[in-house]
Amino acid sequence: MDLLLDASLFASGIRLSTPLILAALGGLYCEKSGVTNIGLDGIMIFGAFSGAVVAFETQDPWWGLLAAIVTGAFISFLHGIASIRYNGDQIISATAINILAVGLPALLSNAIYDSTSVTPNIPNLLPSIKFDFLDNYPILGELFNNYSYLVVGSFLLIPISWYVINKTIFGLKLKACGENPEAAEAAGVDVRLYRMYGVLLSGVLAGLGGAFLSIAHGSAYVRNISSGRGFLALAALIFGKYSPVGVLYACLLFGFADALQIRMQNAFAIPVQVIQIFPFLLAMVILSSFVGRSPVPTAVGKPYVKS
Amino acid sequence: MSKESLSVLATTLLSLVAAFFVSAVIILILGENPVEVFKVFIVASLFSWDGVGFTLFYMTPLLLTGLSVSMAFKGGLFNIGAEGQLYMGSMAVAIFAGSGINLPFYLMIPICILLAFLAGGIWGVIPGYLKVKFGSHEVINTIMLNLIAYGICNYLVVGPFKRQGDQILETEFIAQSARVFRLNKIIPWISESVPVNFALLLTISLCVGYWYFFHKMRYGYEMQVSGHSSEVARYAGINSGRYIILSMFIAGGLAGLVAVHEVMGFRYTFHDNFSRGVGFMGIAVALLGRNNPLGIFMAAFLFGMMNRGSLFIDINFDKLSNDLVIVVQGVIILFAAMSGMFQKLVRSK
Repeated sequence: MDLLLDASLFASGIRLSTPLILAALGGLYCEKSGVTNIGLDGIMIFGAFSGAVVAFETQDPWWGLLAAIVTGAFISFLHGIASIRYNGDQIISATAINILAVGLPALLSNAIYDSTSVTPNIPNLLPSIKFDFLDNYPILGELFNNYSYLVVGSFLLIPISWYVINKTIFGLKLKACGENPEAAEAAGVDVRLYRMYGVLLSGVLAGLGGAFLSIAHGSAYVRNISSGRGFLALAALIFGKYSPVGVLYACLLFGFADALQIRMQNAFAIPVQVIQIFPFLLAMVILSSFVGRSPVPTAVGKPYVKS
Repeated sequence: MSKESLSVLATTLLSLVAAFFVSAVIILILGENPVEVFKVFIVASLFSWDGVGFTLFYMTPLLLTGLSVSMAFKGGLFNIGAEGQLYMGSMAVAIFAGSGINLPFYLMIPICILLAFLAGGIWGVIPGYLKVKFGSHEVINTIMLNLIAYGICNYLVVGPFKRQGDQILETEFIAQSARVFRLNKIIPWISESVPVNFALLLTISLCVGYWYFFHKMRYGYEMQVSGHSSEVARYAGINSGRYIILSMFIAGGLAGLVAVHEVMGFRYTFHDNFSRGVGFMGIAVALLGRNNPLGIFMAAFLFGMMNRGSLFIDINFDKLSNDLVIVVQGVIILFAAMSGMFQKLVRSK
């Protein structure tokens, strides 16, 4: 067991928590505004794909990052149009996004690179933050050095999101739209607009989460790159009781479960497939035991129809 | 036809036209001619007897998963888990019938069909039960169970149940007595190369059964009431928890019956990763078919045509791949969610 629990496991857990934190924070803004978004997984895939393509074509990962943000926003905008503008079923339009995410990147990748399942490796990864002095301390270096800007950024987003949601007018209005849209409208809040803000934020953040996988953690888009992380992020959101700090803990739990799962594949004689399903089983167990105690925004999932 | 059902039909057709229009634009952007592409779909699936036979073949599992998703919709749930349920049903049949067991066909076939239904049904009942007992959302749970089913089936077909002495990832072939007949035995114009089989007949009779269940039976009526509103159901003295579990059990069972088509009628083995999204396509089929058995039949036929035609897309169009069908399906679901837009158009006429 000593082999399993060391500094590099810690670092790997932190890294694997990152896409979950980004997607789950996206889901947080979206659900607080009253729109549920099970399309986070699909948006991550779109973000990963466009990020990898643009980072490869421009040779610059920062352009890839920007592309992932724009793509994520656009895809979530479709979800917003269907579910807010046309009062469509939020689960159905998000499912459409998840299915498009299986087909469209593959189709485009085939048209551009003649392969439906991978894009070319990008030349430069998104840079990491490096402290030279930490190189003198092997364990500390392993624990705290060489994290991608996106990793550091996503952890900084936790206090920022806490502040935005709890301490700003924007956050108050957003929450009002998810708790009691009629009252919010009566108080002069444009419910549909604020719900669209929530949806767009979820697209931007999930897109970033996807880009992390393809241009920071990995160096290309591969088919099914999200491996269900968008859904785990939703589970983390519920488990984290819809608060940024709770989301952080839940994502760290899933991130470390993921890191441990990858580590165990090399260490034990247990079949890979059995180990791989471990995070999903964990999510189901956690969901069933915590869902009743999680403060779901009252009006989430219900279209707001102006009377 | 009543005015209401006419408006539903018009809305559905409008969203279908819009979906094909968007797909045509995507094809154009990719640098191919959409008219040529649609022509390939139609010629490949309708212009020869074999084409029609293959369309019916591809339609069979879509009809089953479409009924499955629709069954859950009626019970008020969203079943994104048909993919996992059909894998579990197929694996159960492949293991049982491939174990060397030897029973006469009149026992073997009913047992296998029952097993497929049960295995899929159990995989469907889990999220139903978790919803009733703990209130956890069936959407996340069915997705998790898909991922878990992939893992389990992949493990079984790579490991303990892999057919020995072969590179292909498949289980042992099933007993002769568990194999159902192909339709070319009874319909002369279907050639021997077309694997459409008994599962189609079984599935069509299930469509009739589905209609009967919801139109003639008290259980069906009560399930619909409880699926529509659990509060109305409570006032009417209907135990909606029971109906959630029942509808998810039947939904899972219907998806599990894909085993009859795939394992007992086509490959005679469990082939790793055989489904390629048939379970998810059931969502588009159910939405397009408006949860009505005749509508589901027509939607499944349309998607059967596309799945048949997609085989020729890779070959004929350099810039396209058969993922095009998945995109069309996604656009159709997106427009189904936007049907509010088309309703306005229809009403203003």
